[in-house]
Amino acid sequence: MKLITAVVKPHRLDEIKEGLQAFGVHGLTVTEASGYGRQRGHTEVYRGAEYTVDLVPKIRIEVLAEDDDAEQLIDVIVKAARTGKIGDGKVWSLPVETAVRVRTGERGPDAL
Amino acid sequence: MAPAITLAAEAPKLSSANTGFMLIASALVLIMTPGLAFFYGGMVRVKSTLNMLMMSFISMGIITILWTLYGFSLAFGTHNGLIGWNSDWFGLSHIGLTELWPGYTIPIFVFMVFQMMFAIITPALISGALADRVKFSAWCLFIALWATIVYVPVAHWVWGADGWAFKLGVIDFAGGTAVHINAGAAALGVILVIGKRVGFKKDPMRPHSLPLVMLGAGLLWFGWFGFNAGSWLGNDDGVGALMFVNTQVATGAAMLAWLAYEKIRHGAFTTLGAASGAVAGLVAITPSGGAVSPLGAIAVGAIAGVACAAAVGLKFRFGYDDSLDVVGVHMVGGIIGSLLIGFFATGKGQSTATGVFYGDHSWTQLWKQCAGVGAVLAYSLIVSAVLAFLLDKTIGMRVTEDEEVSGIDQAEHAESAYDFSGTGGGVIGSAAHSPALATATQTKKVDA
Repeated sequence: MKLITAVVKPHRLDEIKEGLQAFGVHGLTVTEASGYGRQRGHTEVYRGAEYTVDLVPKIRIEVLAEDDDAEQLIDVIVKAARTGKIGDGKVWSLPVETAVRVRTGERGPDAL
Repeated sequence: MAPAITLAAEAPKLSSANTGFMLIASALVLIMTPGLAFFYGGMVRVKSTLNMLMMSFISMGIITILWTLYGFSLAFGTHNGLIGWNSDWFGLSHIGLTELWPGYTIPIFVFMVFQMMFAIITPALISGALADRVKFSAWCLFIALWATIVYVPVAHWVWGADGWAFKLGVIDFAGGTAVHINAGAAALGVILVIGKRVGFKKDPMRPHSLPLVMLGAGLLWFGWFGFNAGSWLGNDDGVGALMFVNTQVATGAAMLAWLAYEKIRHGAFTTLGAASGAVAGLVAITPSGGAVSPLGAIAVGAIAGVACAAAVGLKFRFGYDDSLDVVGVHMVGGIIGSLLIGFFATGKGQSTATGVFYGDHSWTQLWKQCAGVGAVLAYSLIVSAVLAFLLDKTIGMRVTEDEEVSGIDQAEHAESAYDFSGTGGGVIGSAAHSPALATATQTKKVDA
């Protein structure tokens, strides 16, 4: 199994959800996040005083997937999240040792 | 402020319309102080929100009492050009219910309470420059002393029947010199003594809630109609109405001017700029609104909007930490409004004196305005600085650096403005789910 994590622009959430549903993913976790990449943050102005705000708002999406689906799922997310502008975010995957559905106790791929 | 003596042939009678209007105007002026509290409170960081609110709010307690005891008597009694006195008004002890303010149709009590509201907000204005770093006890003592030895005499100079500036012919309709220049200069005097916030020019000190700032600015704008239109002490001849119109017009112009300046200079129309521009316009029209035409008010507002927007940056250039720009907005705005009377006074409102652009194009009124502005500026700046110095040497003006960094709300008030514990409305660690934890937290807060 793989854990796919995507840190992307908040306004792409709907497209990503639709893409994942079309692919057959049943569940996902979304967290509000903040951070910066190469573009750094933005500048705010208060009475002429400029403040650099490093951390920009992002969302962090986490999806568990079977090994065979992982690459395709990453492609789905990347396609849905891409605007072509700076700050689109990153997607990565990690190996997962086990997963358990709390309600039933099912383990492994059955728990997804 | 309207003159205390008129040349009316008949003795005035109590007017219920004017009295009712003035009671409402007084209430409107009072709401400016909580409005100011929110205006300032939104501009500080989360950790000093309550202290900022309290510095304004406490003025409604302290100044109310001292104004009742002796402030009114000293400010508006007649004695000499520098200070007033009237033993009948001491403690408001011998004022008849229907006894009229000399030359007017409203009771002395009404005039007294209207003026009380001015005395309350003026020291509160100073607090914006001192954000985050002044001991609350020192602040309370400071405003009590400041109101006594600075505000009261200056109000007498400018508005008292025998005040020297009033007799000289300095025009200050509703408090450009007595309130705004006075408070702005005092703020400058105090911050030169107490110094900068920890991290000034290094750490970001962004406003924590611009919606609070907008709420406060809105309340100020609303209350300012009482402040300005009420200052004619009645409405028999339309000057109060002119003042109402000019207040609105100048404020709109100043807001637009500040926003235009910002857009050109910094690339955005900011919310804080809109609120600040409105306040700058209100400040500038305060002294001048009874003397200028509505077109003149647009000029006053627009000039003040641009000038104050430019002036707020001076603190970074000169290195004095005027936290919330009391100097840049109130002192500069007050000076502009007061001096522009020398140019834009039409001679058709509060006074027959005309400015450079009207009547016989005389510069006389401008020089009178300069005298009033200069005297109040110098007196307030110097006395306030000395007062702050003495307080600092005795009880200490500032909280410790540690308390300042961790937050003055906790250190001085044992409270915090917002509860950020838990997520989703405080489910995790809320009092209902873990009473033991809640008790522990409360105890810790009180100990802190």
